[in-house]
Amino acid sequence: MSGYPASMQESIKKLNETRDFRLKQEIPRLPFAEREKLLHAHHPDYRASANAEVHLGPNKGQKLTLKLVQLLEAKSRLDPDKVDLNKIDYDVDVLVIGGGGGGVAAALLAQENGAKVMLTTKLRVGDSNTIMAEGGIAAATKEIDSPERHFMDTLGGGRFKNKRDVISALVHDAPLIVEWLKGLGCMFDTHPNGDLVVSFAGGHQRKRVHSCKDLSGMEFMRVLRDEMYNRQIPTLEFSPAIELLMDDQGNCSGAILLNMETKQYYVVRAKAVILATGGIGRLHPNDFATTNHYGATADGLVIAYRAGANLLNMEAIQYHPTGAMWPHQMLGQLITEACRGNGAQLVNKNGERYINELETRDTVSSANLREVQERGNGIITPMGTQGVWLDTPLINIRGDAGKLDRMFAGIVRRFGEYGIDVRKEPILIFPTQHYQNGGVEIDPYAQTCIPGLYAAGEVSGGVQGINRLGGNSLLDIFVFGRRSGTRAAEFAKKRKVGKLTLKHVTEYNHQLEQLGISNDVESPLLLPNYMREDIKQVTLK
Amino acid sequence: MSDQLIPIYVMGKRYDVPEGLTIMTAMEWIGYKFIRGCGCRGGFCGACGTAYRLAGDYKLRFGLACQALVQPNMHLTQIPFYPNPKTPYNIEDIKDPVETLLTLFPEIKKCVGCGACAKACPEGLRPIDYIAAALRGDWKTAAELSFDCLMCGLCASRCTGELVPHNIALFIRRYYSKYVRPMPANLLARTKEIRDGKFDNGVKKLANMSEEQLKKLYDQRDFEKI
Repeated sequence: MSGYPASMQESIKKLNETRDFRLKQEIPRLPFAEREKLLHAHHPDYRASANAEVHLGPNKGQKLTLKLVQLLEAKSRLDPDKVDLNKIDYDVDVLVIGGGGGGVAAALLAQENGAKVMLTTKLRVGDSNTIMAEGGIAAATKEIDSPERHFMDTLGGGRFKNKRDVISALVHDAPLIVEWLKGLGCMFDTHPNGDLVVSFAGGHQRKRVHSCKDLSGMEFMRVLRDEMYNRQIPTLEFSPAIELLMDDQGNCSGAILLNMETKQYYVVRAKAVILATGGIGRLHPNDFATTNHYGATADGLVIAYRAGANLLNMEAIQYHPTGAMWPHQMLGQLITEACRGNGAQLVNKNGERYINELETRDTVSSANLREVQERGNGIITPMGTQGVWLDTPLINIRGDAGKLDRMFAGIVRRFGEYGIDVRKEPILIFPTQHYQNGGVEIDPYAQTCIPGLYAAGEVSGGVQGINRLGGNSLLDIFVFGRRSGTRAAEFAKKRKVGKLTLKHVTEYNHQLEQLGISNDVESPLLLPNYMREDIKQVTLK
Repeated sequence: MSDQLIPIYVMGKRYDVPEGLTIMTAMEWIGYKFIRGCGCRGGFCGACGTAYRLAGDYKLRFGLACQALVQPNMHLTQIPFYPNPKTPYNIEDIKDPVETLLTLFPEIKKCVGCGACAKACPEGLRPIDYIAAALRGDWKTAAELSFDCLMCGLCASRCTGELVPHNIALFIRRYYSKYVRPMPANLLARTKEIRDGKFDNGVKKLANMSEEQLKKLYDQRDFEKI
């Protein structure tokens, strides 16, 4: 029995009937100007409620994504007067904040470059969006490909708002990163002759996404984590940074951590700090569902901002075109772009395609929203929600009968549990919040505008412009994770930490008072609260 | 989520929760705010391993709280952590993989083939089979059979031989991927070109173009066929 109710089966029939036609149908890619029109009309970033002006700090007067502004205009959850900065709990050369792929890569490289390193993270080491990345890592490794082509695709994908020196570094390092991961023992998908399998992702002109089945991020993460433990780099779990520390010379000099289980705080003094705290998804920008992990609450943006770091492109949020819409229990969960890269098509309730599936994510998401919200071509679920079809059986039809099981075993299994056989039936999808395109501005060496503070991965801004291409974020975290680790270790060798201070936090709180801003929120948020509303009202502190 | 409430027992306490929720969303509906036992919320990370029994059935069952649905009269507890320390090793220096395997994980010989691990795996993997493959020195099979492991640790919590199967599997996959499958020639050729600076001028030229020029080139790209 199918996991789809009869009401949805009708539309699946139409999808089956049009499949032969669709297999031969070519939909050309939109010229850049046409894409801009579609985005302005349908991308959620252009909704009136999407962004708000921030009234203080380095980006004062600019519009940033609304849910972030609420946290930037909140009081610190730390009372600086209650912290004793003379009692140092940990004294290191390099402090890495964040235990995803970027943070762990940074810690490995900082140690290789001679630094005494410590890594601290909010949840477990590895709890991150890295571990959830399915599709793979982009790199121009094929003969018919080149870093120039990768540069062009990334820049156009980011709508020409990327920092060009930063993406030059990205595409330069990409093949080196694949070599590095392979050398550490990551189990890449491999052809019988030993060459690595590469797939398409939207917006790339060549097949260049290197995968490890549909668990690419998991594979990279567990290997790097194992390597970090092999090299005995000290780690602290369940201990997020709740403010950065500065010294009296204006250098970033450590952080205050919170042990979330005992509520004790720790003072970490460091000669350099690497921020690798990830993104914003669990704030649910524009109230979308999200693919992100539990800890994606923009903590790093908040603490860096209070310390004086500027943000770039933080009005631009990425909505992934294919989040699960049915079964309801899987709402918003990622269906990897590699499905489209391997031939799955997007189909409306009438069995029609409406966009080239390998357009950039912002474009495909906007086309999906247009199809459902403007054209009324969505498929309605028993929950009253709507989506469009991702025709997954095409993957086997265009490849071979075993391709879905071989490359997308996780998807086959997860839907199988709900009675949906994705080899025979399509998946109902809808855009879901996926990525924070902007963040703390960095240069090609992952350096922020604050001496001693580096940023890598989703928390950073400049790499992805205002729209990221598939495969470029697993790349980003390792390129700038490694670069930040190397640079931070070098910087640490040259400097002496002055007198520690939290003056920036005191001053920030003071400014909020002067502006008369009080929104009853404390930040960083650390964790989202998914209790049901009526229970929230009756809980005691 | 339906209006129908069903009883579940969280660590022995009864709550009535809506049918159709996962264990994780049901616990949040009740009022839990997780610190441990919650990670990716999408079945990838293994943070939320859960053991449960159903009323009238002796069988101990396992699942991920973010994936498994609540069932009437389910008695459950999360197992968000299990003590599984690992012995460090140097991946760059493995001469004899069999010897290394037995040195790092001497307990591997204590596997009696009971299969308790396979019953505990929320991903439906069979550690018993990949451990057997490893003991035969069949790295390829061991690597492939264990690939979907999320390292939740539930197998280790049930192992009568006190093995930590997921750590053994990770060592084997790393060994296999690094040593048995050599670095592809095309990748080595490309990284040499990168190190020789072959593309530096080309990228620099693009980086210095005007946005107008770049937009024109962008629309003229030729795409590889799918």
